[in-house]
Amino acid sequence: MKPFTYERATTPAEAAAAVVRQPGSRFIAGGTNLLDLMKLEIETPAHLIDVNGLKLDTIEPTPDGGLRIGALVSNTNLAADQGVRRDYGVLSRAIVAGASGQLRNKATTAGNLLQRTRCPYFYDTNQACNKRRPGSGCAAIGGYSRQLAIIGTSDACIATYPGDMAVAMRLLDATVETVQPNGAARTIPIADFHKLWGKTPHIETALTNGELITAVTLPRPLGGTHVYHKVRDRASYAYALVSVAAVIQRDGTGRVAIGGIAPKPWRVEAADHAMPQGAKAVASRLLAGAKPTHDNAFKVPLVERTLAAVLAETRAA
Amino acid sequence: MKFDTPAGQNPIDQLKVVGRPTDRIDGKFKTTGTAPYAYERHDVAPHQAYGYIVGSAIAKGRITSMDLSAAKAAPGVVTIVSTLDMPKLPVSKRNIAPLFGGAEIDHYHQAIALVVAETFEQARAAANLVRVQYARTPGRFDFAALAPTAPLEGGSSGEGSGAPPVDRVGNFEGAFAAAPVKLDATYTTPDETHAMMEPFASIAAWQGDKVTVWTSNQMITWAKEDLAKTLSISADNVRIDSPYIGGGFGGKLFLRTDATLAALGAKASGRPVKVAMQRPLMINNSTHRSATIQRIRIGATRDGTITAIAHESTSGNLPHGKPETAVSQTKLLYAGANRLTSMRLAVMDLPEGNAMRAPGEAPGLMALEIAMDEMAEKLGMDPIDFRVKNDTQVDPEKPERKYSQRQLIECMRQGADRFGWSKRNPKPAQVRDGQWLIGMGMAAGFRNNMLTKSGAKVSLDHRGVVTVRTDMTDIGTGTYTIIAQTAAEMMGLPIDRVVVLLGDSDFPASAGSGGQWGANNSTAGVYAACIKLRETVAQKLGFNSGDVEFSGGKVRAGNRSVALGDAAKGGDIHVEDHIEYGDLGKQYQQSTFAGHFVEAAVNAYTGETRIRRMLAVCAAGRILNPKSARSQVIGAMTMGVGAALMEELAVDKRFGFFVNHDLATYEVPVHADIPHQEVIFLDEADAISSPMKAKGVGELGICGVGAAIANAVYNATGVRVRDYPITLDKHLDRLPAIA
Amino acid sequence: MTCSSELELSRRGLLAAGAATAAMTQVSVADAQGVSPSKPPPAMHVSFTVNGKRRELTLDTRTTLLDALREHLQLTGSKKGCDHGQCGACTVIVDGTRINSCLTLAVMHEGAKITTIEGLGTPERLHPMQAAFIKHDGYQCGYCTPGQICSAVAVLGEIAAGIPSHVTASLTGKPGVTNDEIRERMSGNICRCGAYSNILEAMTEVAGTRA
Repeated sequence: MKPFTYERATTPAEAAAAVVRQPGSRFIAGGTNLLDLMKLEIETPAHLIDVNGLKLDTIEPTPDGGLRIGALVSNTNLAADQGVRRDYGVLSRAIVAGASGQLRNKATTAGNLLQRTRCPYFYDTNQACNKRRPGSGCAAIGGYSRQLAIIGTSDACIATYPGDMAVAMRLLDATVETVQPNGAARTIPIADFHKLWGKTPHIETALTNGELITAVTLPRPLGGTHVYHKVRDRASYAYALVSVAAVIQRDGTGRVAIGGIAPKPWRVEAADHAMPQGAKAVASRLLAGAKPTHDNAFKVPLVERTLAAVLAETRAA
Repeated sequence: MKFDTPAGQNPIDQLKVVGRPTDRIDGKFKTTGTAPYAYERHDVAPHQAYGYIVGSAIAKGRITSMDLSAAKAAPGVVTIVSTLDMPKLPVSKRNIAPLFGGAEIDHYHQAIALVVAETFEQARAAANLVRVQYARTPGRFDFAALAPTAPLEGGSSGEGSGAPPVDRVGNFEGAFAAAPVKLDATYTTPDETHAMMEPFASIAAWQGDKVTVWTSNQMITWAKEDLAKTLSISADNVRIDSPYIGGGFGGKLFLRTDATLAALGAKASGRPVKVAMQRPLMINNSTHRSATIQRIRIGATRDGTITAIAHESTSGNLPHGKPETAVSQTKLLYAGANRLTSMRLAVMDLPEGNAMRAPGEAPGLMALEIAMDEMAEKLGMDPIDFRVKNDTQVDPEKPERKYSQRQLIECMRQGADRFGWSKRNPKPAQVRDGQWLIGMGMAAGFRNNMLTKSGAKVSLDHRGVVTVRTDMTDIGTGTYTIIAQTAAEMMGLPIDRVVVLLGDSDFPASAGSGGQWGANNSTAGVYAACIKLRETVAQKLGFNSGDVEFSGGKVRAGNRSVALGDAAKGGDIHVEDHIEYGDLGKQYQQSTFAGHFVEAAVNAYTGETRIRRMLAVCAAGRILNPKSARSQVIGAMTMGVGAALMEELAVDKRFGFFVNHDLATYEVPVHADIPHQEVIFLDEADAISSPMKAKGVGELGICGVGAAIANAVYNATGVRVRDYPITLDKHLDRLPAIA
Repeated sequence: MTCSSELELSRRGLLAAGAATAAMTQVSVADAQGVSPSKPPPAMHVSFTVNGKRRELTLDTRTTLLDALREHLQLTGSKKGCDHGQCGACTVIVDGTRINSCLTLAVMHEGAKITTIEGLGTPERLHPMQAAFIKHDGYQCGYCTPGQICSAVAVLGEIAAGIPSHVTASLTGKPGVTNDEIRERMSGNICRCGAYSNILEAMTEVAGTRA
């Protein structure tokens, strides 16, 4: 870990000003991913701005019947929120399917959105990685890729976005609210928040320099049955091989988003329209153009089978 | 004391303390965070500096240059010990890969430097400033490609399993060809890692020519000898201290990088240095259980009598390494007139393959006990009946050698009753519970009992407190407690009147912890020393030692009764002895046995497997402390779940390293993977084993579990998976159609 | 072998570890030099309460809470198993919540109330959970044990507070103290010795006497 200076910000404006003042700054909230990466010098900030004092830790209804989740609401508190449990069950389910109790107690809503990939070649600084060192190559391509992405990949990177929470947020059409160092606020649809890797896998999100996430808003509840089905080798404390977030209505319509298979939470609106036709129809639309590796080709049938399980669970419920 | 005739009645048989479920005497320290582990010994040496290890970025080749200038200039850096500072250090006979020194790189993450600084943070940051240039040479990393041409190679695990390159009895080929029912199948097990929770860690301090290393090591005598050899100093100048060990499982049997570099760093910096190996380096820097490819052929008559059995295994290792002895148990476990075992070893450039919990038997039984299940199915027999039919009470290769005790049939029969085996549907893929396919499986467990010399010193003070000193280790096995129980039983004391001090090389050499030999041998050594103490006490108190009784803190004979402590009124009494063995281990085959039973559920959609119930029935001689012995068995069963369902070191065949080298990516079982586990110990006492009449149990628990799970999964799905671990991708495309 | 990392190796040689520059999405820091490598590392003052005792420390900003406890306060009960949030051995309770102390900086805890295993009980005065772990042999090597016990105490609190888990059947109901709930919630604490079945029994006993 490289040396860094540290300060605590108490307002978003103060945090933004600090970023401008100090080159090489990063915000730190829960720190569960950033510190992990700093220990390996995959992240090397020269200055940390602790944003935990920003009072962005409340969950409030929005005027149009949705929910506004403060950027610093912990994963535990978000999953436990009565409104989320009642109206956005898939979000609560997705969160508690991830990480461990200790990590969820620390991890924040904004930080979780920014969680970086768990590709083992990204984590091993002896290995080439275009994400870690642009232009150095990708050791994962042609290497061990069982956990890695099957769709939305590029010749430069086959890493997955590893999180669970964002898969549910993508399903729910959440919006990310931010403030930039000049004080300007903007909103970014979650669909546009995470980037496909393309030729620039080091660019992972739509955030610009010094931009701070302040909240995530959810539109009005969708009703229906909420399911988050996560498939993994061990029963807990593991990243998804495949996960399916779904909201399914009584008439068989609904929507679905997939985790563990792509650089971002994977949702294809055309696939949603095929929901009444069953898992096969949905999966084929979701995975059109998939380019799995030898190691992770099983994820293609696994997506369809997990979808089938979700549909069966919903019918039974 | 030499143990060369079967034990008769002795004080241990009173079973007032030994054999009773006893809370660990070190429990209050472990549960309050007050048990000191290696890296935590702030008190033993002042002014400790922090060492941080730099690992090689390549798997094979040499270092052409190292630039330490930036690292040396970094704040707080005390010194840097570079592998280029010295020639390759001598390699002890127990290690294969060199630990340090020279420019040659033999495996990934081999240590190439230790950065010593005032603080951990400074050492870590400076380590990242070390610049290294390498010349990479091609390496041999693809086991499957190398296996077909691997030469024959015999060997011993050093832990009770072993086999020659080829071992034949009768005419296997002829008998197999003639057998009316045959199986010929190939099984694979992956590379696995110990993943003990405490990393390799050491503090070293020099005083003149003498070095003390506070470390975490299973085998104190080996560590002392091997550190001396590595540093080219006299063993008399090395002291090792390891009272608490945060898990080992074979990973801490040997001298490792941490102790070596702590000693070198302390020498170079002129002050104590502490080193804990970073978790991401542990897997490639150290040893692992090697992958195997195992071919098993079994021929039988239609009534289920095995007439031919062959087990051939191939593994890989570094040059001069040993094979994984996966065929060992097949020489002994089942009858059959015509037999063949053989081992092949591919020379590779991956990290060192060496002992991990039950080396040989653990992966060997994962294959053999699936094969037995497959054969039973071919014969239309119940898997237990098939095993019973082929039970043997003698060494099948040398029928004149009897087993000292062998209750495998009883283990399986009792287990079947207890587990509800009769409810198992022998036809696979018939039982469902919602989305889950349910199956039951069983396997036999088998692990040899090893006899090894072990010493102890026992002391008595005037308060009647007995103190035991031995370099024996407690790696979670419960050694502190069983040694205290042994001394208490022998001296007629309650357990709280016994003090046990372990893990210091200044104490008498013991068996150490490995190969499930620790409990029986180390307590037998304490038994020997206590016999001597009893004699000394009796003599001091003027008793005729023949008819003296030690109980309730008193020494009694006839009408005379004296407090035990009175014998030490004139000063503490110290005696020392050891147990050593005659040839009972040769005359008799000494082994331990288990019947493992598992109920597994496989998700019909996703193929995920979850374990619902587990039972082990064990026959392992006298159980010294049923509470900690049970924990040893359930712990081994848990590791067996990992081996069966999730554990696999993924090899990058291009660059030659284990890719998933941390605890996030090398998955071991978590709480949610493990159901309630039941363990039954058969009531045994094996007088041929030792005066304790005990045998090992800590590794028996993992032997056979993997196959019991595999067989349960097969019974659930009807899909036979012969490649461990049984992850969902191995059977997803063949699962029964979803209704 | 034509992988680009081969080229990478021969072209530049390798850093022993660590990339010279890290890609960042939020802040462009290509050659950030906020801190000169030859200067002493930034240090900061922090004060918090550990096991009821106020502690004042001046620390390198890089010091994790875990290292502050183990190396500076010599409270070595909290264990370093992985230092990367992958094992749970470092679990402590901060302001009533269990966290991995290896993945948080000490300076981020100004004014916090920290409870470590040493603060739950002592060999002479065991916490009921510590006593239950001894009774049920809920450990072997002991290295993960302090983290397991801190988690165990916190988990019973989390269930009582109604926080849902992955296995909670109904999100709108209250979770119970069931075997499945305990197993799921304890899954962030790895025990390689495999004492899980016994830990469950210890926790069940403590939960039972509480209820």
